[in-house]
Amino acid sequence: MRLFLHQLRAEQLLFWRSRELAFFTFLLPIVFYFLLGSAYGDEEVNGVDGYKYLLGGMIGYGAAATTFAGLALILVIRRESGVLKRLRATPLPGHTYIEAVLASIIAIFVLEAVILVLIARVAYDVALPSSLISFAVVLLLGSAAFAALGIALTTVVKSAEGSSAVVNAIYLPVAFISGAFFAEDTFPAALRAIGSILPLSHMIRLCRDIVVYDSTVWDHLTDVAVIAAWGVFGLLVALRGFRWEPRER
Amino acid sequence: MNAVEVSGLQKAYDGVEAVRGIDFELRTGEVFGLLGPNGAGKTTTVEILEGYRQRDAGDVRVLGVDPERDGRDWRARIGVVPQEGELFPTLTVLEHLRLFAGYYDRARPVDEVVRLVGLEEKAESKVRTLSGGQKRRLDLGVALIGDPELIFLDEPTTGFDPGARRAAWQTIRNLRALGKTILLTTHYIEEAQQLADRVAVLRRGEIVASGTPADLIAGAASTVVSFRRNGEEVVIETEEPTRVLHELTSQALQNGHELVGLEVHRPTLEEIYLSLTEDQETRPE
Repeated sequence: MRLFLHQLRAEQLLFWRSRELAFFTFLLPIVFYFLLGSAYGDEEVNGVDGYKYLLGGMIGYGAAATTFAGLALILVIRRESGVLKRLRATPLPGHTYIEAVLASIIAIFVLEAVILVLIARVAYDVALPSSLISFAVVLLLGSAAFAALGIALTTVVKSAEGSSAVVNAIYLPVAFISGAFFAEDTFPAALRAIGSILPLSHMIRLCRDIVVYDSTVWDHLTDVAVIAAWGVFGLLVALRGFRWEPRER
Repeated sequence: MNAVEVSGLQKAYDGVEAVRGIDFELRTGEVFGLLGPNGAGKTTTVEILEGYRQRDAGDVRVLGVDPERDGRDWRARIGVVPQEGELFPTLTVLEHLRLFAGYYDRARPVDEVVRLVGLEEKAESKVRTLSGGQKRRLDLGVALIGDPELIFLDEPTTGFDPGARRAAWQTIRNLRALGKTILLTTHYIEEAQQLADRVAVLRRGEIVASGTPADLIAGAASTVVSFRRNGEEVVIETEEPTRVLHELTSQALQNGHELVGLEVHRPTLEEIYLSLTEDQETRPE
């Protein structure tokens, strides 16, 4: 436990010291909430207030940006720079290290989600989620699944130089197709079909249902199952292919 | 007890034999130099000892433990300076040392390590502002923070200018004086000669010579006597330099010649090393 807390503190220091990463993963969803909100926040989307509707999308986008994209970038860069390999030569157990990295990025996402909800409440007069327990369950389920997929992604990204291009090329289109920025009802059928199998669309739907329509997580077990299935898939890939050592040169 | 014992060690990558059955040992408290050109198998050998790679055959004991069955306690007793690799650009020297100190139950005081590796002036600087040599010293500091008994230094001074190299050598001598056992790999002969109590020369995965640097020189090929006669260079290699010189000089005195440019030359460790490794083609390690 002492080692876990020691590493968790270090991970927090490292995350906030890395300005670019903190901006693109933590701050950007908040910036987008203001930007998109100013574009169509005052309109009605699917019968609800635009700010309210957008909040679910931004929380889902935040989950993908931090626990999927951010985590994958952190781990690839550390692997390729030899930091992970060096840690293997210390008494810090590998599982403790991974647990601390996960706890750190999930905590960052939860903070981001809470800030989004508070901005919505204070600036746009959006009511707080009626079921805070459901909200918390969705945040933890979603971030755990995306973190597993983020670690899985590190197994296919070969170099630090290309990592941010590859990661962005995956998670930005996914966020778009999943309806993080706009209501996906207006998308062509093919795009909607793709979106419907992606975990982010289910995450966003869950967030919306809980934030906007005051339902609970128990009313949407299909979405929960899809997200969990993706998480298990990510976990299996991660367990099979995760490497501590940089690519051979 | 020996700090490291290696016998019959073999390792191949995709059918290419990188290490072909080598034996050596490190006595506790000595500096042991593993010499060889790039691709000779140095890093493979060291990474097997550090527990990073699995061997194909042979027996390895590092501090009495098989590195393939390493545990936390064992890792606390070794220090590793890898050949390449970065640290965190956004953390300072002190933050790195505190971070790594936290991994050990009995870490060496951070200030002491800063002094030991000579980074007092840069203690509060972020790693991205350090020079290459300063980063390398921090690598060493990170490896020393757990106060290890055995330290692996994989090409610790590659890319250093001569001044920085001498400073690094002094640090390594200080570590030896503290009673540490050190395994040093290098392709700089002078480095091995300056630091190592004993060396082994690796060539294509095999040890082709081992012993103290003085042993290698003493056991090496003959003495070379050379001079010029009628503008032609005459070179005589001999196991009996005294007799050869006596004959040459007494003849010259009788005939009233001068032996122009007379030299008697013992091979240096570098020449011995080069003759041992000369037909090694360069292969990636």
